[in-house]
Amino acid sequence: METHLVAATGLQAYAWLLIALPLAGAAILLLGGRATDKWGHYLATALSGGAFVLGFLMFWQMLGYPGEERARSVHLYQFIKTGSVDVDMGLLLDQLSISFVLLITFVGTLIHVYSIGYMAEDANRRKFFAYLNLFVASMLLLVLADNYLGLFVGWEGVGLASYLLIGFWQHKPTAAVAAKKAFVVNRVGDMGLAIAMMLMFATFGTVSYTGVFGLVENPAVSEGVMTALGLLLLLGACGKSAQLPLQSWLLDAMEGPTPVSALIHAATMVTAGVYLIVRSGVIFEASPTAQLVVAIVGAVTLLAGAIIGCAKDDIKKALAGSTMSQIGYMVLAAGLGPVGYVVAIGHLITHGFFKAGMFLGAGSVMHATEDDVNMRRYGALRKLLPITFGTFFLGYLAIIGVPPFAGFFTKEGIIEAAWDQNVVLGVCAIAGAAITAFYMSRLMFMTFFGEKRWDPDVHPHESPAVMTVPLVILAVGSAGMGAFLMLGGRFESFLEPVTRTPHAEHHLITLNGVVTLVLVAVGVAIAWVKYGARPVPQTAPQGSALTTFARKDLYGDALNESLFMRPGQWLTRLAVFFDNRGVDGLVNGLAALIGGTSGRVRRLQTGYVRSYALSMFLGAGLLVAALLVVRI
Amino acid sequence: MLSALIALPALGALAVGLLPRGKDQLAKPIALAISVAVAVYAIVLAFGYDTTSAERFQLTETYWWIESFGVHWALGLDGVSLTLVLLSVILVPLVLLASWTPADRYGGASTDDVPERSAKGYFALILFMEAMMIGVFAATDVFLFYVFFEAILIPVYFLVGRYGGPQRSYAAVKFLLYSLFGGLLMLAAVIGLYVVGGRNSFLLSDLTGLDIDPATAKWLFLGFFIAFAIKAPMVPVHTWLPDTAGQAPAGALVLIVGVLDKIGTYGMIRFCLELFPGASRWATPVVITFAVISIIYGAVLAIGQVDLKRLIAYTSISHFGFIVLGIFAMTTAAQSGAMLYMVNHGFSTGALFLVVGFLISRQGSARIDAFGGVQKVAPLLAGTFLVAGLSGLALPGLSSFVSEFLVLVGTFSRYQVAAIIATFGIVLAAIYILWVYQRVAGGPSLVDFPDLSKRELAAIGPILAIIVALGFFPQPILKVINPSVERTLTVVEQNDPQPTVAEAPTSPGVRP
Amino acid sequence: MSHYLILSALLFSIGAVGVLIRRNAIVVFMCVELMLNATNLAFVSFSKMHGNLDGQVIAFFVMVVAAAEVVVGLAIIMTIFRSRRSSSVDDASLLKY
Repeated sequence: METHLVAATGLQAYAWLLIALPLAGAAILLLGGRATDKWGHYLATALSGGAFVLGFLMFWQMLGYPGEERARSVHLYQFIKTGSVDVDMGLLLDQLSISFVLLITFVGTLIHVYSIGYMAEDANRRKFFAYLNLFVASMLLLVLADNYLGLFVGWEGVGLASYLLIGFWQHKPTAAVAAKKAFVVNRVGDMGLAIAMMLMFATFGTVSYTGVFGLVENPAVSEGVMTALGLLLLLGACGKSAQLPLQSWLLDAMEGPTPVSALIHAATMVTAGVYLIVRSGVIFEASPTAQLVVAIVGAVTLLAGAIIGCAKDDIKKALAGSTMSQIGYMVLAAGLGPVGYVVAIGHLITHGFFKAGMFLGAGSVMHATEDDVNMRRYGALRKLLPITFGTFFLGYLAIIGVPPFAGFFTKEGIIEAAWDQNVVLGVCAIAGAAITAFYMSRLMFMTFFGEKRWDPDVHPHESPAVMTVPLVILAVGSAGMGAFLMLGGRFESFLEPVTRTPHAEHHLITLNGVVTLVLVAVGVAIAWVKYGARPVPQTAPQGSALTTFARKDLYGDALNESLFMRPGQWLTRLAVFFDNRGVDGLVNGLAALIGGTSGRVRRLQTGYVRSYALSMFLGAGLLVAALLVVRI
Repeated sequence: MLSALIALPALGALAVGLLPRGKDQLAKPIALAISVAVAVYAIVLAFGYDTTSAERFQLTETYWWIESFGVHWALGLDGVSLTLVLLSVILVPLVLLASWTPADRYGGASTDDVPERSAKGYFALILFMEAMMIGVFAATDVFLFYVFFEAILIPVYFLVGRYGGPQRSYAAVKFLLYSLFGGLLMLAAVIGLYVVGGRNSFLLSDLTGLDIDPATAKWLFLGFFIAFAIKAPMVPVHTWLPDTAGQAPAGALVLIVGVLDKIGTYGMIRFCLELFPGASRWATPVVITFAVISIIYGAVLAIGQVDLKRLIAYTSISHFGFIVLGIFAMTTAAQSGAMLYMVNHGFSTGALFLVVGFLISRQGSARIDAFGGVQKVAPLLAGTFLVAGLSGLALPGLSSFVSEFLVLVGTFSRYQVAAIIATFGIVLAAIYILWVYQRVAGGPSLVDFPDLSKRELAAIGPILAIIVALGFFPQPILKVINPSVERTLTVVEQNDPQPTVAEAPTSPGVRP
Repeated sequence: MSHYLILSALLFSIGAVGVLIRRNAIVVFMCVELMLNATNLAFVSFSKMHGNLDGQVIAFFVMVVAAAEVVVGLAIIMTIFRSRRSSSVDDASLLKY
């Protein structure tokens, strides 16, 4: 693979500016304090937008090069050099990373704009924008780094930003707990990534992409090592992308402000795991086992997320379940090898648009209903919030895969690729599409159709333009992005040098496609019967065992709690007891023993001269006796 | 002139201590000025340090002290000791700045009746401690090292015993007895080494590379190692640290945990490894086991603490586990990671103790459940707490990460299981730091106190800046450390394990 | 010559037993003197036996020390007697645990 990278020239040599701009924004806003309250949010938005413009210009420059020579490297500085560990901080501009750069900065900037309106009332708006900028900077470092360590720095950086933003309303205990949970669960995944890097150093002596990928095919490296490496990377990806078994944090993460859910927990950060898998494609291809596990994890998560999405009454949690499920699709595709990479990334980008749009739409709905998130208290909002409804509807059509909207092209691609490789995976993907249609229609009907169910003193109103304009732009993307990318294999041939996807004939109308569309229609119909045609009760009905199962997030939290948290608490208490009574008890016991003994012994000190004299004589006698004995 | 660097704070301590009664207000600026002068002088000296030099020690001076016993007044710095001296001299002025009010200097927790104790005594003791710390790192004579090693107990004993919380005498005596026990073993080993060496000299250069009988070497190694393990501290000889931390004033703790404990790990490198390479290799499996136990055990205990200062003490036990692991993994990466960790841990734990000190002096309690919602009333304080905490959990971009990562990478190449178990420490670290932050800063406000003052900001700000700077640019320190690491590994005759497949000679990417 | 040594040993033993069993401080004191002089006797005898003057020199030293000791000791006994109205050594047992 790309062993010879050309150093970036021209504007691309300043790729570090992409990261530096938002980072500077975060620094200015955080260090500047209240002085920046007035204009901080404009600065942050401008810097994020500046990064997008820069990214776009670099993309333009890249298009000027022939396909195979588009990957350029930017060497920044020597990060760590000691003994055999030699890591340079460098950036890699190639087709994959620039796609992400454009997605992150574009969607990110829109969400900055939206937040100006959404967070207008919040006293800490400046901090919010600082954290958003910090997030954008870390995310760009994540995708631009040319080695795993740099990626890891960005990886944990976005984790930090996510932690700060989920817990943005720290005064709410639930938010503080959710933030901590997200970080800790992510750390479990990070552990996998960290061990993977150790294994890379031990095996290849480097963590740079070119170094590692160039050596993967070396026969001295056993497949076992590659499998281990793949599984460890997958663990990292599972943590960040909320895939089973590390999915539990994503639903709680909805405690954060809605723009955060849109940017971090839908469009960008949670897809970092997919990026990691696609970027490390060479490693996974060297180990079919690891690849299969990736695909299975993706398939299981896509079903699990979809099932959770069906039962949630909280609009954000329903969307979060959907996010899990859609990322499951991407991971599944990434587990299929080069065939799947393009559709995985394609779905990632279209998902970034439509899911961000829908989250922002949900935010707009919440804005209108005084921060109510319970869909059972919505209803009939389409007339009151026409723009929100319109944009949301486009996103809805995109996600359930109605042609010619974005989701259709990418999801269809994934289903087709999965079906070709493994029927079970294909069936999972098609079933997932049907369930997606059901829960998204349910969400749609409960929110925008039917009777109004909100309190009489709530007066829903459309959001200001600063919030609706981003919605409209994202909706346009949701509608057209899929066709733009996928039709005629445009994106495929663009990404080809990175993903090495073999060219294949794509048919717009396939048997799978038809079956899927029929099932999607069935899903929509069931949802209509249950939630559209009938009035929705304000309180959730009891529901079947399956509903309870889904409402409780498939018992993921219960499992974590009984498997890790409870025993952990127990262990902690035991350890504290052991340390205080056992280890320290031993020390204090020794001290007490010495103290006690000396307390006894000092009784010999009677104060009578006679007894001292006697002991002196005895001692002298002993001494003489000893001398005599030694002499003999 | 290293002697001057030791003499300056020592004389300063004397001058501050001899100020007439009631001149406390004068003592503070004088002490601060002296410590700043020391820091500036040390930094100027550090610029004279040549990282490319073949000399092992630089800035050396050697005079006879007790000629009949072969004791020298011998000072010199190599990469490790230079960075540790710099750590000490940078922390001291900040500690003094953070110890300005009586509440700052009180190790207990009460805002109402803080016992009135002399400020000049406190400042003089800190300066004296600084002199001893510089001495202990700069000494290149084993006997002189021992003298400083023991002398440093004096200021610490009085700092804990006079300025500590309600249980201060228990804590002070416990600290002293633990240290003296270790010191005694070390004294025996020092004398033994002198006798075995047979050159009538305690100079380090005369004692390295001796051909010692392996059995004797093992005993001498143990004498040194136990003393250093107590100092560091490692499980199971760690229990003095939480008790001391629970009682001592936060400012003093910055120096006790941040610098003083480093003498233990520093000693392991300087004496255990370099004087007894064979015995060190012999002891490695056991030491690594205990290091890994320390990492996990310290972290688990930290999670279960209810007292802020004790919690940080236990996190330090976990971090010292990492340092010892790195030292005894005996690979370049692990060892330079360990040495870097010593510096980084000094800053990050120092920052944590400072912030916790600010919290305690405001609220009058060190219990975690006495806090809540600090983020709302004092966002700056909460923010500094978070940054310091994140550095404690080794977040990439902050200094501890680089060192922890190097230790793990270096250890993995030789002891995979140990490295993987140690990696669990990073998850536990996230739990103990974020949980305490959540309980202190999150939730509804249970407290009502002012945010950081300018003085407090001036004390904590520089440390946080250093933490961030070293997180992205660790190379300046690594460059100083690398020659020392190479030397140590040559002495213990250990080569780095080679990667399974070597990288192709072509450079990764073209550099402009 | 052994007669002198035997005498010396006898005197020493008498002194030692006296120190141990008598309570009157003055008598104890005299017994101590007796022991000292018994050793002096032994020193002088050995000196004579070996033709070496060191023993005699030491004897003088002992005498000087004994004289000094008498001065200090009697002073202590006087003080104790003044404060306690007793010269029994068992009454002065304050210096205990």
